[in-house]
Amino acid sequence: MAKMSIAEALRQAIREEMRRDARVVCIGEDIDIPGGFGGAFTVTLGLSEEFGHQRILNTPISETGIAGAAIGAAIAGLRPIADVQYGDFLFCMMDQLANQAAKMTYMSGGAVKVPLVMRAPVGATSRGAQHAQSLEAFFAHIPGLKVVAPSTAYDAKGLLKSAVRDDNPVLVFEHKLLYGSKGPRSEAGALSPIGEVPDEEYLVPIGKGIVRREGRDVTIVGKLLTVYRALAAAEGLAQEGIDAEVIDPRTLVPLDKELILESVRKTGRLVIVEEDNLTGGWAADIAAIVADEAFFWLDAPIKRVSAPDTPAPFAPVMEQFYVPSAERVMEAVRLLF
Amino acid sequence: MSNADFPLIEMYRTMLTIRRFEERCNYLFMQGRIPSTLHLYIGQEATATGVCTHLRQDDYVLSTHRPHGHAIAKGVAPRAIMAELFAKSTGCCKAKGGSMHVGDISVGMVPAIAIVGGNIPIAAGIGLGVKRLGTDRVAVSFFGEGAANEGAFHEGMNMAAIWDLPVIYVCENNLYAASTPVSVAFKIENIADRAAAYGMPGVVVDGNDVEAVYEAAGQAIARARRGEGPTLIECKTYRLCGHSRSDPRTYRSKEEEAAWEANDPIPRLAARLKASGLASDETLAAIEEEVRTLIDEAVAFAEESPPPQPTDTLQHVFYAGGEG
Repeated sequence: MAKMSIAEALRQAIREEMRRDARVVCIGEDIDIPGGFGGAFTVTLGLSEEFGHQRILNTPISETGIAGAAIGAAIAGLRPIADVQYGDFLFCMMDQLANQAAKMTYMSGGAVKVPLVMRAPVGATSRGAQHAQSLEAFFAHIPGLKVVAPSTAYDAKGLLKSAVRDDNPVLVFEHKLLYGSKGPRSEAGALSPIGEVPDEEYLVPIGKGIVRREGRDVTIVGKLLTVYRALAAAEGLAQEGIDAEVIDPRTLVPLDKELILESVRKTGRLVIVEEDNLTGGWAADIAAIVADEAFFWLDAPIKRVSAPDTPAPFAPVMEQFYVPSAERVMEAVRLLF
Repeated sequence: MSNADFPLIEMYRTMLTIRRFEERCNYLFMQGRIPSTLHLYIGQEATATGVCTHLRQDDYVLSTHRPHGHAIAKGVAPRAIMAELFAKSTGCCKAKGGSMHVGDISVGMVPAIAIVGGNIPIAAGIGLGVKRLGTDRVAVSFFGEGAANEGAFHEGMNMAAIWDLPVIYVCENNLYAASTPVSVAFKIENIADRAAAYGMPGVVVDGNDVEAVYEAAGQAIARARRGEGPTLIECKTYRLCGHSRSDPRTYRSKEEEAAWEANDPIPRLAARLKASGLASDETLAAIEEEVRTLIDEAVAFAEESPPPQPTDTLQHVFYAGGEG
């Protein structure tokens, strides 16, 4: 076992997959410049020293080009790991992801595969509205894309390795406040989810969620940063005699819905916590699934704790209001009793 | 290579196959036997043919919303394309693609991409892939002149150039993006001039002269296989049909259309074959008959094939088969 941050775990995953399979390449901005950043959040730092510039491909600032290059390379037989500096930039490549990558297998009647990974940092970190969004729901909505959202170092490594080996486009959403609080590109207010990562090879399967905390009274579902908000809320609620179960789906598509349904059948109450905006969001979808399939186990209405329907604000005081806090989660839970 | 060595008979057969295929599609469509819409390639056959005749089966072609000609020239079986247009389960995309997405990856025809300009960066990516894998394969990206005003054109061309990727960008300038003429969409005469902005060669050819296309494509493909990078070839051509099914072509003058009809690439090649003694009227008639039989068989195959099941909708969202 080694202790490491999510950024280190992701780097280790890439390194191992590139050693294992010569078809794996990295494609992105600022990922391979001597003296540069190693990607916006250091994940690719130092990789070109081992793998060279032909496998760690530094691109111009061309998000459509990055996505297209990754799609084409995947069709031709490589296994590209592409990335954007901020998830918000995925919108620049939306045609390539939504119309091309997601639909190529389908349009070909199952003949063409597009095994690409697109990594994207999300989450509000006092950079204002265009470097802040949580975009998971956008991509979960598009058939043909798989979507993962690891919140621990163990899962980050294991899911990224599974994503590289998957024959489909996989979006890997990473939260900026979870990369690790040390190092040259660390974020103010970052958590330090330093986790234990086994020395031996392992994978985390795509499509399997996990119970982060067992409880009897209420199910709280979160992803990325809001897993930690949910866990903090659960500790607070325990002081009040409420025993909360916290679930981290880890993969959003395909969703491990049985894990959530099983928990709700036990607790009878559900709160979903997300950093996305409320309307048309991921939490709404989880709520709909549970209302459809576990309605008669519910003892109370389903509650969503989301960002408000505003762009992400800049001022730290507003941003703290915008991103769901543990207190907001606790308030939502109390309403159910 | 002198023009005498060009495979002109082979190219004539390909061009005629495309023409007769498209004419038959139009006829079947008018009869209501083909659903959806059609973007026909009539008039532009010399471009697909002049380029694709050079290609090996393991090279890649990327196409557009007007892909039947590219697919036939790349070697997709006409019967599989026809069955796709009939929305039959034996179609080249199992009826999941339709006219605008025909393809067959087993012969290097990527399912056509119907978002204008969308294939340009993907072609760069395929070039990156085949180069990284150590092959001398190439990717050809066909697109209309309308795509040259998309942002994807800029990003894809630049990326192909900076990495010296084995890609041939073939701009089929048929003078109209749907109904919009080039005069209102471009300040420049030649789209090939844009190649200079990316540091790649740009070539203008008469897209209705299959020999000119063949010659220019041959040089570009050889350059790509040598690892010297991409080329932009602009083929000046013309749709001798509407943009799509419901296009009355009222934005074009009869005089202009007549002038281009007189410049039809297929009679041009036929005249050249006869004048140079490469083919007699009998030879050309035999090719015509051969093509007719091929297309009759394609239509029969399509008509006899079973339709997909409604629940087939649910298959193929994710890739399921084959080795990773």
